[in-house]
Parts: sequence; C-alpha cells; structure tokens
Amino acid sequence: MSIKTLLFALIGIGLLIAAPMGQTNYIIYVLCSWLMFSIAAMGLNLTLGYAGQVSLAQASFIGIGAYVTSLVTLAGYHWVLGGLAAIGATFVIGLVLGYPALRVQHHFLAFVTLAFNTIVFLVLRNEEEITGGSFGLVGMPRPEFFGFKTMPQLHFYYLVLALFVIAAFVFWWIVHSPWGRAFKALRENSIRAESLGVDTRRITLLAFAIGSAFAGLAGAIMAPLVQFIEPGSFSLIHSLKILLMVVVGGAGFFFGPMLGAAVVIILPEFLRFTEGYYLMIYAALVIVLMVYSPQGLMGLGQKFLSLFRRKPEVRKDMEKGAQL
Amino acid sequence: MSELLQILISGLSAGSIYALAAVGFTLLWQASQTINFAQGEFVMLPAFLVLALSVKLGLPLWLAIIFAIFLSVLILGALFKKLVVEPMIQHGTLPLVIATIALGLLLKEAVKEFYSPLGQPFPSLLPEGVMTVFGAAVSIPDIANFVIAMGTIVGLQLFLGRTRTGRCMQATAQNPQVAQILGVDIKRMVLYTFLINGALAAIASILITPIYLAKFSNGEVLGLVAFIAAIVGGFNQIRGALVGGLLIGVIDNLSAAYISAEYRQAVPMVLLILIIMVRPQGLLGTSEGRAV
Repeated sequence: MSIKTLLFALIGIGLLIAAPMGQTNYIIYVLCSWLMFSIAAMGLNLTLGYAGQVSLAQASFIGIGAYVTSLVTLAGYHWVLGGLAAIGATFVIGLVLGYPALRVQHHFLAFVTLAFNTIVFLVLRNEEEITGGSFGLVGMPRPEFFGFKTMPQLHFYYLVLALFVIAAFVFWWIVHSPWGRAFKALRENSIRAESLGVDTRRITLLAFAIGSAFAGLAGAIMAPLVQFIEPGSFSLIHSLKILLMVVVGGAGFFFGPMLGAAVVIILPEFLRFTEGYYLMIYAALVIVLMVYSPQGLMGLGQKFLSLFRRKPEVRKDMEKGAQL
Repeated sequence: MSELLQILISGLSAGSIYALAAVGFTLLWQASQTINFAQGEFVMLPAFLVLALSVKLGLPLWLAIIFAIFLSVLILGALFKKLVVEPMIQHGTLPLVIATIALGLLLKEAVKEFYSPLGQPFPSLLPEGVMTVFGAAVSIPDIANFVIAMGTIVGLQLFLGRTRTGRCMQATAQNPQVAQILGVDIKRMVLYTFLINGALAAIASILITPIYLAKFSNGEVLGLVAFIAAIVGGFNQIRGALVGGLLIGVIDNLSAAYISAEYRQAVPMVLLILIIMVRPQGLLGTSEGRAV
C-alpha cells in the first residue's frame, strides 16, 4: 500500500468517524444502512466487476445472513457467533449454488441466482415456524462488547463502521492478491486466462462464494440494525437494486459500490422534494448513464479527469497497431 | 379426471399467454442479443394504455385496444430500440441488461405515480360463460384466450417461415454478417423484430389482464414467467418458448392444485434449475457452444 493510498484511506475513515456526530438518530440510521448496503454491493462487485459474473441473488444472501443472525441471537447467543454463522452459511450456499451453474455456461449463473432468490423468498415466507412467515422476526438484541453497549444509535454506527473498514480491507486484499489478479484476468479474457493456467471455474466459483459471504455479513448487520426482518426486504427486486448500485457506482472500481449505494440510500434523503418521482428519475438517469458511460459514475469521473490529465503521446506509426 | 382436465385446460390457456411474452423475449435475444428484463413491464403497460384511452378519454373499448396495440408497437418496439437498445448495444450485454432493469423500474413507477397504485378492473372482450366438456367445466374466456394466443403464434411462425421478410428476419437472427452480404437490410429486420415484440406484449397484456386486475406490479411475475419459459424451452427457438410457456402454465396450475398453493411459485424455479443442470440449451434448444 503506497503512502498516498494509506493517507487517503485514513482521511476517508476520519470523515466517516466524524460524519454522524451531532446528527439525529434517523440520519445515523441512514448512514448505517448505507455502510451495510456498501458491504453487500462490495461483495457483488467482486462477483460482477472483478470476476465478470452476474448474480441476481445478493438480496437473498443478505436475507439468509439476517435470518441466521436473528435466529442465533434470539436463541441467546452472542452476535459475533451469529455473524460468523451468517458468513459461513452464505459462503457454503454460494459454493453449492454456483457449482452447477458455472459448470455449464457462464451467464447461467444469472438465471440460477434469479430462481434461487425467488425460492429463498418463498421459503422465508412459508416456513412460519422458523422464520415467522410474513410477520418476520422482531426484537433482535444489539450486541455488547466488553461492556461497550451498542444500543445507542451512535455506538452501533461505530460497530458498523468498524465492520465496514474490515470488509473494505479484506476486499482490497483479495483484489490485490494473486486471486484478485486471477479474477481480473478472467474478466478481461477468460480464454487467455485459462491458457495461462488459471482454473477459471474454480476461481469464478470462489469469487461468487466470497461475494455472497459479504452479503451474509451485511445481513448480520441488518438484523440488529433494523431489529425487524421480513421476507419482503429480500425479494428479487432488491437484488436488482443492489445490482444497479454496483453498476451505477462503477463495477470493477474499488469505490464504485460505495458511491452506488450512496446514490440509492443517502441521496433520496436530500431529494425529498422529488417525492414519489425519485425512483423514476433514478431509473431514467441509469439508462442515460449506461448510454454514455457503461463504467458507471466512477468511469464517468475518470473520463472527466482524463480531460485534464496529460495523455501519453502515442507514436504515430503505432497508432494503427494499438487499435488492432 | 374431470378436475384434471379442467386444470390442464386452464393451465394451457394461461400458458399460451405466457408463451406470447416468452416468444417476444426469444425474438429479441435472437435478433440483437438483448436480454429484456423489462419484458414483464412490457406486458403490464398496454393494459394501462387501454384503460387510459377507454376510461379517461372515453373511446369505445375496441378502438382503445387497437390504439393501444399501435402505441405499444411504437413505444415498446420502435422507441425502445431507438432510445435504449441502439445506443447501448455496442457496449455489450451487461449495460443493456442493467438498462432494461432500470426501464422496468421506470415503467412500473410511472404507472404507479401517473395512473394509480391500486389494482384496476379491466374489461374483458370475451363473453363470460362455462361449457361442459367431458364433465369438466371449462370457461369460455379460457378457450378464447388459448385460441387467440396460439393463433397469434402460429401466424407469426407462418410469417417468419413463409414470407420473404420473415425469412430475411430469420437469416438476420442466425448470422447477421452473412445476411448483410446477401443483401438483407439487417437494421430494418432487427427493427421489425422489436415491433413484433411490442405487438406480442400488447396482445398478451390484453388477454391476461382481465384475469387479474390491472396493477403496476403485474410485470414482476409475468416477466419472471416469460424468462423461465424461454430458458426452459430453449433460448434460441420460437418453438422452445412456446413449449416452455405452455409447460409453465400447466405445471403452475397442477402444482397449485396438487402440491401446495404456498410453493406453487417455487415449482417453475426448481424446474429452471434442473433444466440448467441437465439440459442447459433448453428442451428444444440447440447448443450455442460453450462461451469459455
């Protein structure tokens, strides 16, 4: 990690620590849910932006994480156990789900996850004895660490922030590890990656499972944050929204999902005057964005910056060659 | 026995309408590699066009329906291609998938905000009534829906197979480069495909909405069903989408009656996952070859 990135990271964390101070509980709640969705979107970014696989089940993995955590904490165990169980469960389910899908053609993962999301929703709604059916589960306790109670909203925010920073660091580490480079190789040119000895199927499966585990962590945060979960929050449309977050922010960029989640979670708070029209404006803007910058907002920013940066001069005789 | 027959017939009737949407879905895929996630909303919208024209503007129902089909061809066909698909197709499949998801959201929210968030009763063109066939009570609208939907699909097949334009469209879908070399105006053919999809969506909408109420969220289920029907039947075949649609309709009704009403939605999903594992090209589809 270079000094410059470290400095940027520290400034960013500093800003996030300062952000909720003096704010109302509601604003802090919005910030918490932004960080939570950022974690889930980060996971999908690994699957989509780095390994190039479309997953349409991110919301169902959040759901599995949230229900597992709730059941564990409601049974009287500590939240940490619940969180670990949630991450483990979503990782394993990701492996099991991804294996048959990736065995065939790569875009079939999108179809399988689409079906999976609907099935999870139905199970959550219908198995009333375990999941509480459409009434959901209520009253998950917020955890306590060595006397540090997270019941006050601000304290809970710092817990979420700590988890967010850990998740972001893990993500950064994965992307810069040999695995991460294998993910990228896969996305850029899967045939070449395979010829260079990258076991594409295993690597894609792993990316999908890790991406799902991130959603599991987000679910583990959601349970004590909202303290009420019901199947409707994990239906297919929410998976599509998380997919939009990642792409709008910029798939394949480190900060893309955080930006995308901010557009969906925080921006509406400032745009209250648009009333019911926010989603429509958002949807229309997404279409326009996809036309001009399929790389999302990060891509747009990069394009804008490159206007001011000096471009590397291309040798005139190489110009044609570079295009080939 | 008569109960089973009854279930089969109503399943086929619903399935034939699903098939309409699924056929449009596969047509778009073949012609332009567009995976249209807004297909469900495409089926939801024309019903509201009919309502807006007949209830708000006071046109007679038959005229409103003709106008609505015309408008859907224009908006969901030509405009959709011009404004969404054409500028984006160069970026590859994913941005287009995202854009159609956003478009679905946009259409849904627009109907909710500008028309009504509540379910609206939708007039049926067809006479109510029940016939008895081999002891099974069969509703006349069911039969009529089946006949109209199948008639549309058969007509489409004839158009694609028997006319010059139709065969040019098929050539474009199979191999655009060669088609172009042989003098086919492929841009025009792709446009025709989009227009046909708009019309199919409108017909499906007008047939299916009297069964439910006209509601902004109708597209969620319909889109999913069309999607699954297309994959189960075979993504690159019209016949496949037809068989897939009918199959999903029948299975849906059978599982509601015999397995469990709560899990009826899950049965097509399980079928989808099984098909992908066992026969990824779909029941009638031909393999497109591995991508990796």
